[in-house]
Amino acid sequence: MKPLRLRRLSAQVALVPTWIIVIFAYIGTILWTIRISFTSSGILPKYDFVGFKQYDRLFQSSRWTISVENLAIFGLIFVIGCLVLGFLMAVFLDQRIKGEGIFRTIFLYPYAMSFIVTGLVWAWILNPTLGIQQAVQNWGWNGFTFDWLSRGDRAIYLVGFAGMWQSAGLVMAILLAGLRGVDEDIWKAARVDGIPPWRVYLSIVIPMLSSMFVTAVVLLAIAVVKVYDIVVAMTGGGPGISTEVPAKFVIDYLFNRQNIALATAAASVMFVAVLVVLGPWLYNQYFRQDRRAS
Amino acid sequence: MTAETQPRGRKPRRLTASRIGIYAFLVLAAAFFLLPFYVMIVTSFKTMPEIQQGNIFGLPTDFTLKPWSTAWAHACTGVNCEGIRVGVLNSFEIMIPAATLSILLGAINGYALSFWRPRGGNLIFAVLLLGAFIPYQVYLYPLVRMLSKVSLYNTLPGIITVHVIFGLPVMTLLFRNYYVAVPVDLFKAARIDGGGFWTIFFQLMIPMSGPILVVAAILQVTGIWNDFLFGLIFAGRDHLPMTVELNNIVNTTTGTKAYNVNMAATILTALVPLIVYFVSGRWFVRGIAAGAVKG
Repeated sequence: MKPLRLRRLSAQVALVPTWIIVIFAYIGTILWTIRISFTSSGILPKYDFVGFKQYDRLFQSSRWTISVENLAIFGLIFVIGCLVLGFLMAVFLDQRIKGEGIFRTIFLYPYAMSFIVTGLVWAWILNPTLGIQQAVQNWGWNGFTFDWLSRGDRAIYLVGFAGMWQSAGLVMAILLAGLRGVDEDIWKAARVDGIPPWRVYLSIVIPMLSSMFVTAVVLLAIAVVKVYDIVVAMTGGGPGISTEVPAKFVIDYLFNRQNIALATAAASVMFVAVLVVLGPWLYNQYFRQDRRAS
Repeated sequence: MTAETQPRGRKPRRLTASRIGIYAFLVLAAAFFLLPFYVMIVTSFKTMPEIQQGNIFGLPTDFTLKPWSTAWAHACTGVNCEGIRVGVLNSFEIMIPAATLSILLGAINGYALSFWRPRGGNLIFAVLLLGAFIPYQVYLYPLVRMLSKVSLYNTLPGIITVHVIFGLPVMTLLFRNYYVAVPVDLFKAARIDGGGFWTIFFQLMIPMSGPILVVAAILQVTGIWNDFLFGLIFAGRDHLPMTVELNNIVNTTTGTKAYNVNMAATILTALVPLIVYFVSGRWFVRGIAAGAVKG
């Protein structure tokens, strides 16, 4: 046999493309982005150093604070909506019902579609002049109004709602798999003791599924931070700037408003926020125990 | 995570009130999830005058196929009026090489990391893992600069490269976890038989990887097809994927909006991932669970 060092050489060579990607596309870009955020760059990058000036500007900017607020509203509706609806669907599907496969297929198909498609479809249904509002008025309820999509103070709720429609099926799929793993004996014991099913779900099943809930929440949270496509498709950030989100803020300032220092400052804030939240979870999930056992 | 197929909830009794309630909930939920698809379809077969009357949920009275042909061949994305068909071709041109490359690279990574334990392997793994969760906005600007330095910005190879870069974490994770479960003795036997790095990979590991290759293909095909952000920024005007063209058709038209054409184009854009979803069935669930949940 060849000496160990030589044997492993081909493994090292095979990883060269990945090393290049890791060094340049991941580590390099992050450092570069952070570096630019401390400069006074406008359209073109300048490599001076202005301290936290861009960060000051960022947090003074109402567009950014609105973006962050919207992210919170969207996130709450999206995450809670997906969890509640997904859990209910999983529980009801787990009752030995007929046609389970069909229901499962229907609940999950939106997840196969892009946020662009989701956004466009719901924008059409919620269209203030031709959508639901008009349909209900045609049915005879003349006073009915539902124009949230054109209202600056309400539109973001509908974006969250459409997002929930797209992703609730994912939570359903994850939790249904979890429910199928719950021991049959628990149900038998509960029945013998005369405990109502909802109590069993609340006190025994939900705690048993906690790791799956955590997984679902992490997945949804990642989608929340990245939210961009659905806003572009559904409202374009409007009316006005009322449905702006941080991801869109960064893209707009990078490519349309040519203020790369401010954009990279915003991106850096997103980076730090995600790192603070996800770091402990990742560490727990992948690095604490024996990695082979995971 | 394994999804068992047999329901194991409580034993159903006769058709009690609670059974009716269960079905009522499920049917209502199904109606809610199907509604947008129904609206998309009926709208795409309506004429504009009918749409303007505002009965969005009604069936088409003047059934027409014209919106579909317009969406396919004549709808305007800004100045170009060549329909969504250009985008279809672009999306395939991007998706096929990008999916193939990222799967191959992910498989090599997973194999190298789980069996060969090369130096720095843990570092690569950690960075990729973390990288997968960080918002893309953090990478974008430097990546644009780097790609234009090597003349790849706004080109087809450029957008493919970007998809490979950002597909790598999940692909690596997927294959690493799959190969970790392969008995080490099998690998050792192949080593004693004199197999080298690539021989073992192509003759032993790849033939064993059927299920995980399917999962990886589902993830990458739907993921890359549904991408909007990278296509918008890196593809360049001549290679815009279908999602970007769709959004341009729907959201930049001036004058009266052709809602019927928009909905036909929207359905066309959703078609490929929907076909993947319906054809792959349970594999799709396994795919998103494996790719998204634990890798």
